[in-house]
Amino acid sequence: MSLQKPLMRGMLGKRLRFHLPIAFSLSLLAAIAFKYAVTEPRKQAYADFYKQYDATKEFNAMREAGIFESVRPSEE
Amino acid sequence: MLATRALRLIGKRAISTSVCVRGGHGVAKVEDYTLPAYFDKREEPLPDICYVQTLSPEQKSLKEKEMGSWASLSNDEKIALYRISFKESFAEMNHPTSEWKSVVAGMFFLIGFTGFVVLWQRKYVYGAVPHTFDPEYKAKELQRMLDMRINPVEGFSANWDYENKQWKK
Repeated sequence: MSLQKPLMRGMLGKRLRFHLPIAFSLSLLAAIAFKYAVTEPRKQAYADFYKQYDATKEFNAMREAGIFESVRPSEE
Repeated sequence: MLATRALRLIGKRAISTSVCVRGGHGVAKVEDYTLPAYFDKREEPLPDICYVQTLSPEQKSLKEKEMGSWASLSNDEKIALYRISFKESFAEMNHPTSEWKSVVAGMFFLIGFTGFVVLWQRKYVYGAVPHTFDPEYKAKELQRMLDMRINPVEGFSANWDYENKQWKK
């Protein structure tokens, strides 16, 4: 009974040659997906919010609600 | 010491048969656990000793035959020689058991039991919750968060419709 000589060397290299390209490409894919699914919409949301933002109006609304300690609501 | 060295030439278990004389007090009993033992381990493929220590007459004659040419051994004899030296083959020793089922079952059971312990604790150990958890207090907290415009872009206040004083649909 003569068996085939088993694999003696090069196992780590073989594993790396198989897994590293997959690992790198999946990581790159994850980064690209995150950029276009999360960060770009978020940047757009902030841009849209501040396009129509009136700081003075918001400030007065907050002041009337009574949350500030430096300026109390304009009591008549 | 010299006696053990001399006896080492005689047999495999020479150390066990050597006499250790301790300063005139007699022979020290050699315990079983101090001698090399047989273990089936994947990481150590060649154990310290053979599995079968006391050979039967057929096994002894087989060992004599082993001294000659191995080509003359039949397959059965080769397997018999293997079984003299080893208890389980690698396939047998690495064979999976169903032990994991008991382990997982035990884990679930104990986690479930922990649930009972937690329930008992909530009823009998912990005191009342602070007044800040009352519904009226919580409503005031919510109103204040909306007044402060917490996270108005993408978060909390972004979901509140300030014109109609309700949550956005």
